[in-house]
Amino acid sequence: MRVIQFTVNGVSNEVNVWPMARLLDVLREDLGLTGTKEGCGEGECGACAVLLDGELVNSCLIPVVQADGSKVVTIEGLSGSLQDAFLRTGGAQCGICTPGMIMAAHALLERTPKPTLDQIREGLAGNLCRCTGYQKIYDAVALAAESA
Amino acid sequence: MTYSTVGRSVPRKEGREKVTGQSKYVDDISFPGMLHGVTVRSPIARGRLRKIEFTGMIPWHEFTIVTAKDIPGENCVQLILDDQPLLADDLINHPEEPVVLLAHPDKYLLERARNFVKFDIEPLPPVFTIEESEAKTAIVWGEDNVLKNFRMDKGDVESVWDTAGFIVEGEYRTGAQEQLYIEPNGIIATANPEDGITIWGSMQCPYYIHKALLKPFGLPPEKVRVIQMETGGGFGGKEEYPSIIAGHAALLAWKSGKPVKLVYDRAEDMAATTKRHPSRTRHRTAVSSDGKLLAMDIEFVIDGGAYATLSAVVLSRGTIHAAGPYACPNVRIRSRAMATNCPPHGAFRGFGAPQSIFALERHMDKVARTVGLSPEEFRRRNFLHEGDTTATGQMIREPVDLNAMLQRAFTLSDYHAKQERFARDNQTSQVKRGIGFASFFHGAGFTGSGERYLQSVVGLEARADGSVHILASSTEIGQGTNTILCQIAADTLGIEYDRVHIARPDTRDVPNSGPTVASRTCMVVGKLVESAAIGLKRMLAEQGLEKYPLRSFSQYEAPPGIFWDDETYKGDAYGAFAWAVYVAEVSVDTITFEMKVEDFVALQEVGRVIHPLLAAGQIEGGVAQAIGYALYEKVIWREGRMANHQMTNYIMPTSADLPPIRVCFEEMPYAYGPLGAKGIGELPMDGPAPAILNAIENATGVPVNEIPLMPEMLMDGLACA
Repeated sequence: MRVIQFTVNGVSNEVNVWPMARLLDVLREDLGLTGTKEGCGEGECGACAVLLDGELVNSCLIPVVQADGSKVVTIEGLSGSLQDAFLRTGGAQCGICTPGMIMAAHALLERTPKPTLDQIREGLAGNLCRCTGYQKIYDAVALAAESA
Repeated sequence: MTYSTVGRSVPRKEGREKVTGQSKYVDDISFPGMLHGVTVRSPIARGRLRKIEFTGMIPWHEFTIVTAKDIPGENCVQLILDDQPLLADDLINHPEEPVVLLAHPDKYLLERARNFVKFDIEPLPPVFTIEESEAKTAIVWGEDNVLKNFRMDKGDVESVWDTAGFIVEGEYRTGAQEQLYIEPNGIIATANPEDGITIWGSMQCPYYIHKALLKPFGLPPEKVRVIQMETGGGFGGKEEYPSIIAGHAALLAWKSGKPVKLVYDRAEDMAATTKRHPSRTRHRTAVSSDGKLLAMDIEFVIDGGAYATLSAVVLSRGTIHAAGPYACPNVRIRSRAMATNCPPHGAFRGFGAPQSIFALERHMDKVARTVGLSPEEFRRRNFLHEGDTTATGQMIREPVDLNAMLQRAFTLSDYHAKQERFARDNQTSQVKRGIGFASFFHGAGFTGSGERYLQSVVGLEARADGSVHILASSTEIGQGTNTILCQIAADTLGIEYDRVHIARPDTRDVPNSGPTVASRTCMVVGKLVESAAIGLKRMLAEQGLEKYPLRSFSQYEAPPGIFWDDETYKGDAYGAFAWAVYVAEVSVDTITFEMKVEDFVALQEVGRVIHPLLAAGQIEGGVAQAIGYALYEKVIWREGRMANHQMTNYIMPTSADLPPIRVCFEEMPYAYGPLGAKGIGELPMDGPAPAILNAIENATGVPVNEIPLMPEMLMDGLACA
């Protein structure tokens, strides 16, 4: 076990955990932030996406020791136009991919505030959705970009 | 003042919780003292279990260990037949067969312990394919490996062969497909003899689980309670399998006296739970010299896996859809579900219809070519019209106009101009382009007498604060149940959408409105909501506002004039059909054999559209899933086991893979649907695969008749061409 100190959604945290525990599990089980989801556990689906020092990562692939001293942002720490846009365009169906998808969309809009459709498709290609066929998710990202 | 929401895209009822990460899925909750559970499965496909050993440096005394011997009642998974054990006791019938259950507070130790349970199994010869099962190289189920068969006759096909202008034969195959909901299956159970069992989980059908728990635990219905948590996708994959997981979690809870959480990881979910039935269809078709269908002789066979599960009803739907939306005086369909030593195949969006429709719509193109007509002209001469009868003898009573739909789909997709341009450009281009289509129908609701047997019930409760609550076991799994049922109630009552709420499906609190399957939630359950709302209005008028809460219930009644014969498989198979024409445009790189869908038009008639955004979302998502079925999603089988049970090597479409999916609706209000609506959810799974392969043949001239179509298969096809 080891004490890991990191900031999550602006709040400083100290947890005493196995250093190789997945960041995903520490967020969900030790900090109770269950908005971050597990879809595959192997970095393919993106349901567990969070921001680690501003970078979009799959938290199922990050040993928590790597987050020591870092700033993490999860879906619970985001507010604003993206969530509203997903709601308005029908970008969320079953909702399990939605938190990760919104984190990926957020990261995309941070680097490319006015993305083209191709840039949106590429920016979300690491996040799997089985419900929507993605089109209403593109609409959500475009709407959020427009209203920003 | 009256309010109307139907036809408007009101906010999704549970949408805010979903987009903020506040929704609670089963893995998001836990209980004090809760244990984690795992399932230990057979290492081989078929054999006789001789011994179970608990080996290694594992503190086994700390574990709750459950085997078949610990089941207090009957060892079965209750469904249509009770042939599947909850835990294997003597015979092993597939390589993911559950044998031992373990529970422990430490899930890491649990995962390690799983590998130290060893089985001594005497191997028995297995069968893994439809052909091996038919050849009876081993009898693995019943007397002849046949889980179920059907025969449907209309007219007499034998009377036609000698005089037909053309006879065209073909064989078509479809592979297994994984539902791949992004939330894996999971259940939490508490259980003891005094209080009974409570289940929280990811599921489509709370009352299926409720029923399945009664026999193994010998409990009366009131001692079992099932609660649906937010569910991260189903597509059929959470129709019947959660009954097994709930049984397992409850067994561990029963023995340990503690709450037990049993959540599958992705690899286990993909390998062990149900997938779409693989199929083989053979067509023999007689056509007159002027291109009219004279006889369709169809053999439809599916691989059911090791136990009967739902194969009989999957087979039934596939059989009934096998002759499609065409008028043909003589039809014979013989179908069967064969047992193999693979994990049982099960429900998946479309439920047998995507398989038989794939075969038919590929075959229709082949027949057209043989007759010397274009695919569209041949279909035009044979489409069903109002007053015609389907293969089951069901008379079409709605003014459907497939010719007009075909024309509109062609206009939307610029079909003819593209066909001409591609034919010209392909001569000099390494990347060939093609365009193809499929025309089809999909029956909504349970087949035949199914809805009458279900006798579904919905309740509506009006409270003193002016709110109205829908009581139903129909689950929200992403498709929009919560939203559309509230819309139907609000509009029927003439009140604001925001005043209508829907209760969480909890068998303690809600009546059985039937399973959330078969495109029935909008059409059948929605109709019950409408009826209950009409009843509630009457109660309010008669009894006034004094006696809150007021409750109004309604129970299913078949629309008038509907007749079905279970013995001969004749009559009105479905209350209503949705009709569609889908057009796919593809590109094929003749050097790399990469195939891409470049554009897709999905035109359908689904009755009144209750919520345009959700309806379009259903079609877009279904088409995406079907593009995966056609081109990407290949299950690799090794000795009855899925070898590529990971998202890394089982490839579903990403945002980078999909074309624009252009969705258009035609709306002919259906007299017996709520506010005119029919079913919609499964329809988009049926048409894309044949449309895409028809387009690939148009591009390359290679007639591939098997999906998923992998580049290697096209390479072989082009080498032979």
